[in-house]
Amino acid sequence: MKMRMKAPALRAFAATLVAGALLVGVAGTGARAEGLNSEGYLIPQRQNWSFAGVFGHYDRAQLQRGFKVFHDVCSNCHAASHLTFRELSEPGGPEFTPAQVKALAATYKIQDGPNDSGDMFKRPGKPSDTWPWTFPNDEAAKSALGAVPPDMSLLAKARTVQYGFPYFLAEGLPFFEDEEQGPDYIYALIKEGYTNPPKGFKVPTGLYYNSVIQGSNHLIRMPSPLAMIFDNNGKPNNPKFYTDGTPVTPDQVARDVSAFLMWAAEPKLEERKRMGFNVLVFLGVFASLLYFVKKKIWAGVHDIPPAA
Amino acid sequence: MSGPSTYVPKSAIGKWFEQRLPIGGLIHSSFVVFPNPRNLNYFWTFGAILAFMLVAQIATGVALAMHYIPDARFAFNSVENIMRDVNYGWLLRYLHANGATMFFLAVYIHMLRGLYYGSYKAPREVLWILGVIIFLLMMATAFMGYVLPWGQMSFWGATVITNLFSAIPLVGNFITTWLWGGFSVGDPTLNRFFALHYLLPFMIAGVVILHIWALHVPGSNNPAGVEPKTSKDTLPFHPYFTIKDTFAVVCFAIFFAWFVFFVPNYFGHADNYNPANPLVTPQEIVPEWYFLPYYAILRSTPNILFIPAKLAGVLAMFGSIAVFAFLPWLDTSKVRSGSYRPVFRVFFWVFVLCGIGLGYIGSQPVTEGTILAGRILLLGYFAFFLIVLPLLGLLETPLQVPASIADAVLGAHGSTAMLKGASAEPSVKG
Repeated sequence: MKMRMKAPALRAFAATLVAGALLVGVAGTGARAEGLNSEGYLIPQRQNWSFAGVFGHYDRAQLQRGFKVFHDVCSNCHAASHLTFRELSEPGGPEFTPAQVKALAATYKIQDGPNDSGDMFKRPGKPSDTWPWTFPNDEAAKSALGAVPPDMSLLAKARTVQYGFPYFLAEGLPFFEDEEQGPDYIYALIKEGYTNPPKGFKVPTGLYYNSVIQGSNHLIRMPSPLAMIFDNNGKPNNPKFYTDGTPVTPDQVARDVSAFLMWAAEPKLEERKRMGFNVLVFLGVFASLLYFVKKKIWAGVHDIPPAA
Repeated sequence: MSGPSTYVPKSAIGKWFEQRLPIGGLIHSSFVVFPNPRNLNYFWTFGAILAFMLVAQIATGVALAMHYIPDARFAFNSVENIMRDVNYGWLLRYLHANGATMFFLAVYIHMLRGLYYGSYKAPREVLWILGVIIFLLMMATAFMGYVLPWGQMSFWGATVITNLFSAIPLVGNFITTWLWGGFSVGDPTLNRFFALHYLLPFMIAGVVILHIWALHVPGSNNPAGVEPKTSKDTLPFHPYFTIKDTFAVVCFAIFFAWFVFFVPNYFGHADNYNPANPLVTPQEIVPEWYFLPYYAILRSTPNILFIPAKLAGVLAMFGSIAVFAFLPWLDTSKVRSGSYRPVFRVFFWVFVLCGIGLGYIGSQPVTEGTILAGRILLLGYFAFFLIVLPLLGLLETPLQVPASIADAVLGAHGSTAMLKGASAEPSVKG
């Protein structure tokens, strides 16, 4: 009889685990520490992204706006070495037309060669080229800017927000899953990070104070990128910066470029989530059928037979 | 358990082949008529889940190897190329990376099941030790696999772990240089890690065959911990356990798929999306979650007598795995199953909590507090093996163990009842 009693105990154990995990999840999304942490860092908050969740997908218009920010501002200094022009017109991305991408690529001069006479030469860019960098190499960037700006093609996956125990447990669970900490971090860094330093904090020349950036004593070498689009009062230098009629606000720009960087780092996200849903449905149905087959095969095996 | 095969092929070709290579009979006796205890619970399906994971890892790994370049200059870019331009490359890579996590999750459950139900006790000592060898090979494989993307964590993780060997007295530095193929982790290291990462899974597969062979001599242990005595205690492997294992594998695949498709980087580290840079040390160097308890042991161990802390840490870390191999002799209890050992059961869960606690400590930056907590948990970990298990066998009063598996399933009826499935001779199929 002992074995009989074990099944409910196991079930209770499993139920406790699930309930506990869900509770942690609710706490994780609802009551995350707000504001500054003990070391004075501003903890980025979880934002709403169109690409979050099981049915998440990128907002084409947002990616196109984000690309404009990347093109006009970021790419003056940052490389994006894994990003190709053609990806800009592939499904699941900003989905510019192939003609637009071809024209865009052609505005860049790409070094190619050697030709038949052994010389390197410049030619107009092609959709198959990777995104060209302003600088020929890291050393040139460092000499011009004081540091090598991080490559932007994977930035949204190379940065994260660590909410710590127990929140991270929830971040893997259905309904609370969170693979958007990278864009959360980038958004907070450019939108909210550039604050006035606390009294007595000396900011060396050529560096800027940022309350979000981690691991460099609040110092960042990048000047506020939003300051290149907005004046001190948050008014856009060019109110027609966006051509689709979206109001140009610091919040909108920060959001758009963060979304664009997420796409640049994870261009297959839509395909992945779509396939994932189909896979889960298939496996769910398959598992249910197997469950009933199993029940049928095992039916009566452990019944107490009538006394002979 | 399994006698000479009664397998008779039906077709003439089958008979012809069977006389020359009796592989049909081998499969028939091992996976069709093989008698399994009828009371196995779902924790016994993790063997099948692990076999599935090994095949999945090898299949995705071979495909990835066709596109990966083991060269320090190109490795990172080739992985990104797989993610962007190889057809379903993102799927292969996320399956493989998350597959490692699933593999370890399953192996930990498999090991803890063995620990709880005393599956290592006579006559299954060799089976258990082969399992420990598989576990060690898995750890080596996973560690080297994590180095291959050549991101920051890959590089610095490899640096920290290979540096451990320099703690060996006298020859330590020589061995470390030999492992690196140079004076730091670099291109030769990456190349040999790739070669070994490709080799070791096949060695694992070899030891797995021995593991299953050693399993099929005494047969499976079971939750009651008593050996099958009559055919009433067992059911043929097919269809009873083939369907149960298949169901469990598909359920596990659902869990696996969730991570692959919806949070594929949950178990990864963001810093590994930055290319390896020998000049920039990351703020924190953290191994994959499945190594965290051992990492905590490594960092928490103090100087022991004349042994410096670094060497002591390395010894403690390897000891914490090696000690599993001695379990059959450290556990002195005659009763196998933890279900009938009330005191053992409590200590078992304390041990599990010690392991989880060490994992948490391993993920945290080193402070005085984490060092102290690590040391307490470390003592708990080793005390379970070296003090609790030897003494408990002598001091504990176990509960009444059922007379047979049938009794365990059906209570007192078991010994007299005619159980379905057992009485019927399994049908011989061609």
